[in-house]
Amino acid sequence: MGKMSIEEFLELLKKYDIEVLEGVTIEGDLEIEVEEGGVADQTTMAYLYTVVQEVRNFLYYANMAMGHLSNVSNLLGMPMPFAPAMQPQPAPLQVQEVVPMEVPEFKLPEKLIEAKFEPLKVEYPGKIQEVVLGATRKDGGTRGEVVVIGGEKSLPFYLFDAPQPHLPVVAVDVFDRKPALAKAVREHYEDVLDDPADWAKKAVNKFGADLITLHLISTDPLLEDTPAKEAVKVLEDVLQAVKVPIIVGGSGNKEKDPEVLEKAAEIAEGERIMLASATLDMDWERIANAAKNHGHVVLSWTQMDINNQKTLNRYLLKRAGMKPEDIVMDPTTAALGYGLDYAFTNMERIRISGLRGDTDLAFPMSSGTTNAWGAREAWMKDSPIEDDSDWGPRELRGPIWEIVTGLTLSLAGVDLFMMMHPGAVAVLKEIMLTLGGKISGSVADPGDWIFMEG
Amino acid sequence: MKVKSPLEVYKFLPQTNCGECGFDTCMSFAAHIIDRSVKPEDCPPLIKDSEKDEKIKKKLEQLIELTSPEIAEVIIGKGDAAVKIGGEDVLHRHEMTYFNPTAFFYDVWDTMNEKDLEVRCKKVVEYRKFYVGKFLTLDGFAVRCTSNNPDTYRNVVKKVASYGKPMILISMDPECMRAALEEVADTKPLIYAATESNWREFLELALKYNVPVTVRAKDLNMLKSLAATFKNAGVNEIVLDPVTEPLGEGLKGTFERVVNLRRTGIQGEDRDIAYPVMITPIAAWMIEGDDVEKTYWETILASLFIVKYGDVMIFRSLEPYSVMPTITLRFNIYTDPRTPVQVEPGLRPIADPDENSPVFITTNFALTYYTVESDLTSANIKSWLLVLDTGGLGVEVSVAGGQFTAGKVKDLIKETGIEEKVNHKILVLPGLAARLQGAIEDEAGWTVKVGPMDSGRIKGWLETNWPPE
Repeated sequence: MGKMSIEEFLELLKKYDIEVLEGVTIEGDLEIEVEEGGVADQTTMAYLYTVVQEVRNFLYYANMAMGHLSNVSNLLGMPMPFAPAMQPQPAPLQVQEVVPMEVPEFKLPEKLIEAKFEPLKVEYPGKIQEVVLGATRKDGGTRGEVVVIGGEKSLPFYLFDAPQPHLPVVAVDVFDRKPALAKAVREHYEDVLDDPADWAKKAVNKFGADLITLHLISTDPLLEDTPAKEAVKVLEDVLQAVKVPIIVGGSGNKEKDPEVLEKAAEIAEGERIMLASATLDMDWERIANAAKNHGHVVLSWTQMDINNQKTLNRYLLKRAGMKPEDIVMDPTTAALGYGLDYAFTNMERIRISGLRGDTDLAFPMSSGTTNAWGAREAWMKDSPIEDDSDWGPRELRGPIWEIVTGLTLSLAGVDLFMMMHPGAVAVLKEIMLTLGGKISGSVADPGDWIFMEG
Repeated sequence: MKVKSPLEVYKFLPQTNCGECGFDTCMSFAAHIIDRSVKPEDCPPLIKDSEKDEKIKKKLEQLIELTSPEIAEVIIGKGDAAVKIGGEDVLHRHEMTYFNPTAFFYDVWDTMNEKDLEVRCKKVVEYRKFYVGKFLTLDGFAVRCTSNNPDTYRNVVKKVASYGKPMILISMDPECMRAALEEVADTKPLIYAATESNWREFLELALKYNVPVTVRAKDLNMLKSLAATFKNAGVNEIVLDPVTEPLGEGLKGTFERVVNLRRTGIQGEDRDIAYPVMITPIAAWMIEGDDVEKTYWETILASLFIVKYGDVMIFRSLEPYSVMPTITLRFNIYTDPRTPVQVEPGLRPIADPDENSPVFITTNFALTYYTVESDLTSANIKSWLLVLDTGGLGVEVSVAGGQFTAGKVKDLIKETGIEEKVNHKILVLPGLAARLQGAIEDEAGWTVKVGPMDSGRIKGWLETNWPPE
């Protein structure tokens, strides 16, 4: 199997529609190496252990811990063989073969029955809140353009029910200290890992990020314990380096994060950043107040529980007095194979509740799609299960794991994806733009596969 | 299904609470008809009486009609390997569950050389991916006629049939199709496809050989027209192919057609199109690009329509990086959200352990448990596995959320009597629970070693850490 490079991904996109993808540029100097299969034997264990640890640390510190994963049935789900006895048996063949007069038996109609297909129309009473991220000069910020998410009046990409005013966008993760990353991801950022501002630039200019999520993980008391005041200097650098709207995350430490996000809110006054995140088990009110006082947006994060999501949103609205246009939700993302069914259904229920008129749940949704890299299928070299069929090259498995996780959740209503692998970003955007009606053209004859040889 | 409450079903039952069905009461049986875990035909007295009494027979038929799924079920293949598609009742899985997972068929063609054909068929038959306590597998073959020669096609179809998997027969030419059906009609293949131009010949074939048939049209009026005509002529097993267009506006249109078909079938109660939907991710091979790009795009088309109403699919790529995500997604989406997610807490012996074997601990979240259990079993690691009741949460989340605590570990050690089964007091903690190391040592009085982050690495970890010094 060949290697896949980001150029190839972007090449794929180039064919379809340059205009709508103008944020993606293909640079000649971009060099993305796909890792060769051979890791020296004696280092394999150490290497794999490092990767595992890295992924785990990454998930934790990136505030993207897999949430309340629940139901994965071991009992059901595959096609069940059924008892043939329960099904009507076809007539024995030989009987038909000896029937000489077959035509009268069937009475074939001369003409097709005429029919008109009338698709059922569905209208929802509710509408998902529109949320503006970032602020341009005229609104007191310095962003080049704002990003607007939400505004849906139908299920995602059901353009035949209602137009979708804003298609989902992608934010790329940036960290304020060298983070632990899966190797397939890290190799795309190797040259910028020490400089968050350069990192953000690369993500925007080369990988087409619509926004940047800056994770201030160095503030973690278990790591450098960088004081909030000092940590947010990086935010200033990033605001200078790129013109896209910014999302700021803490370390996931429930005690420290409110202070860090407060300082971030102060320093980014006027920029309408998103503070990530407020959770039920921390001082959410402080974060809400920081957003209110400095004109920012809050990410309301709960662990895969629609009722908790409703509760936290109500707190933010009713107790903290936030405006609905300043809230985005993160109902928690679990990876394909690791609770994705729960994440999907939780989000789908939230979205449908919002559309049906529950204003406590009618907010745009964000997904920590990078979580997909926590799945062993995304990063492990081979299957640890002896009887498994070959898993194939992981450099191709990893990105598709992130893509399929994101694609699935896009169909549940996610408006904002936080991602890392540039190839995954490009492909997910491509499919969302396609479903959103922004990509023209088609193949000449979609039935050609029926006759193709080889 | 037209009825929503057990009471509506109860009216049709004998109401004797005889228990022959395995449930204590007729009301309980009725509730299980509503959740579709049983069918009216599973009531023995009802079946028996309907054979004698015309009135009861009518009642039974009425009940079957009322409780049959909104989307018709179609069976492809015969015997143990047969696959059931369609039969769905809801538009969103949380409204009940999806029932029959998207069936995956893999493309072969009759101008392939013999060796390639054999390799490819074997790959399909042998594919296995371990997941949550079982192996996921692929469903069958889509055999295309590229030779336009009835004899060639007949021979290849016969060869493919010998692998014992369900088949979709693909040819637009009725004579090629007839040749194949003469050979394998008794294996109940799905034939593909009846269109505006060949429908009469295909209708005849479907009736004559009593096989399920795909009707294909991009125009949904035509698709409905074809389905209605076939139904009216006596074909009951119909699959709709609204034509998968792989790119751009074409793909957007495909998405619209598929959603509209399913929604109008279930919610709009249009019986004429309430059939399973065929999606052909293989159409991605019509786009320009190299094999990796095509395979990626095929994976994407499949994923999109696994989530949205594709009941049967035809694939080209057998690359693991394409099969693994789609087969996993299928499992996830078709998992019954109503079933419990937990396994019993307690102590599990792995590979016949003894008093010197290491003791591991994990949580009772089904996915976590089966992953750890299979990793230990697969590597044949003699060990004891403690399963902690975290309310069905994984290790990382339950440590953070306070369901995985030192106190509970101590209780579990006591309750399971593991202290009498081993001659040491060393517990191997999941790497993801490392922060509990000190607390557990204090509470339980055991030595706690921090194991690897992923249970797939336990084997290597033991090499340097077990037996302890």
